[in-house]
Amino acid sequence: MIPAAFEYLRPRSLEEAVACLLQREPGTAAILAGGMSLIPAMKLRLARPATLVDIVRLRGLAGIVRSAEHLRIGALTTHAALGGAPELARYPVFAETAGVVADPQIRHRGTLGGSLAYAHPAADWPAVFLALQGEAQLFGPQGRRSVPAEDFFTGIFETTIGAGEILTEIRFPSVRERSGAAYSRMCLQASGMALVGVAAQIMLDAEGRIDHASIGVTGVNAVPFRARSLEMRLRGVLPAAAALRDLCATGIPEAEPLSDPHAAADYRLQMLRIHAERALGRAFERARAAVPGLGYSAPVTRDGEPVVRP
Amino acid sequence: MKISLHVNSRPVEAEVEPRLLLVHFLRERLRLTGTHIGCDTSQCGACTVHLDGCAVKSCTLLAVQADGCEVITIEGLAPEGTLHPLQAAFQEHHALQCGFCTPGIVMVAHGLLGRDSAPGEAEIRAALEGNRCRCTGYQNIVDAIRCACERVREGT
Repeated sequence: MIPAAFEYLRPRSLEEAVACLLQREPGTAAILAGGMSLIPAMKLRLARPATLVDIVRLRGLAGIVRSAEHLRIGALTTHAALGGAPELARYPVFAETAGVVADPQIRHRGTLGGSLAYAHPAADWPAVFLALQGEAQLFGPQGRRSVPAEDFFTGIFETTIGAGEILTEIRFPSVRERSGAAYSRMCLQASGMALVGVAAQIMLDAEGRIDHASIGVTGVNAVPFRARSLEMRLRGVLPAAAALRDLCATGIPEAEPLSDPHAAADYRLQMLRIHAERALGRAFERARAAVPGLGYSAPVTRDGEPVVRP
Repeated sequence: MKISLHVNSRPVEAEVEPRLLLVHFLRERLRLTGTHIGCDTSQCGACTVHLDGCAVKSCTLLAVQADGCEVITIEGLAPEGTLHPLQAAFQEHHALQCGFCTPGIVMVAHGLLGRDSAPGEAEIRAALEGNRCRCTGYQNIVDAIRCACERVREGT
């Protein structure tokens, strides 16, 4: 299969890349990063951009920078790089997620920014982007702007990235004490995409109760979403296994599950509950492990049940 | 568009259409037909080559994206007429039947060998996640890769 003919441009700077996009008719030019989604779509002629603007060699768009306030990941950082980065040792959710994206060859080429910008409804990274409360940094004709994860996805394969804009970096708040995050998914074997994927981040208070939870869900609705109601109900909860199970089972009203040949809506909903519970459970374990000397073991019995205090 | 790159350590210059896929460039222009086209949808891994040291699927890459890069194909693993230890181990362990998927699998194994000289079964199977063999199953492939790793490690 051979893509339809196109014009190939390799600008030398972000400014030049933006100019390339603006000089073409709106909607006819596409950004090429790793190309792991775009090139297969072009081979099937599902996508027929008249122009490809290859940004993969632009300097400064790949790499991981940690500061006191932020974790900054360049849009062109590959899945493979995220899977083995020493800078991400305190963020195990990145290696966990990178390790399930597609396969090793694709992880060598595919990028975090490309995955988010492509906005496939069953991609893995959107869940993590939402749960870790990331912000997309965009560069365009009006300069730079920052878009919170929750405002980023607008539809199936649609984002808030405007004409002439390029996603350059994904920024996350730095990891806080007593916090942990995890990603759990059900994989659709044929495609390697998520049938349901849930990323959860938990921050504990000094007593080991949930101070704040944020949960990102992919593969369920047409657009990835935050499970806000569940987050609210988790506040103040001692995250024992049974408590998490009950809370996840009472439903996630934001879910409007898709029904397709892979899974009926009610099955997706059931899997969503299970993977929410697993992601929360692992996030909790990591939050707890991140607190040496907290002595946080008393509130949970060996069976994971909460200890009732008189 | 004019591209220049290294393929199996030899400099190559060519004028290509931007839509030419790397796998077609290798097979049809350079006549390096050891790299196979299986599914043509980036699933099966038969087209795996190394691009700047990383295993990638050449059916999902444009030749222009390889401009300035170093490409290694199955033909580049060992001098003409000799076998790389991985290829020898595949032969000895009967790690192929039809052989169609083999070049891609060997290239992935070669990448693994570069990162980890003593991979366990789990690491080998994880590395092969992007490759499909429809003949034999994977047991002999895993055995062959293990054996080759051992030999390379011991320098025999």
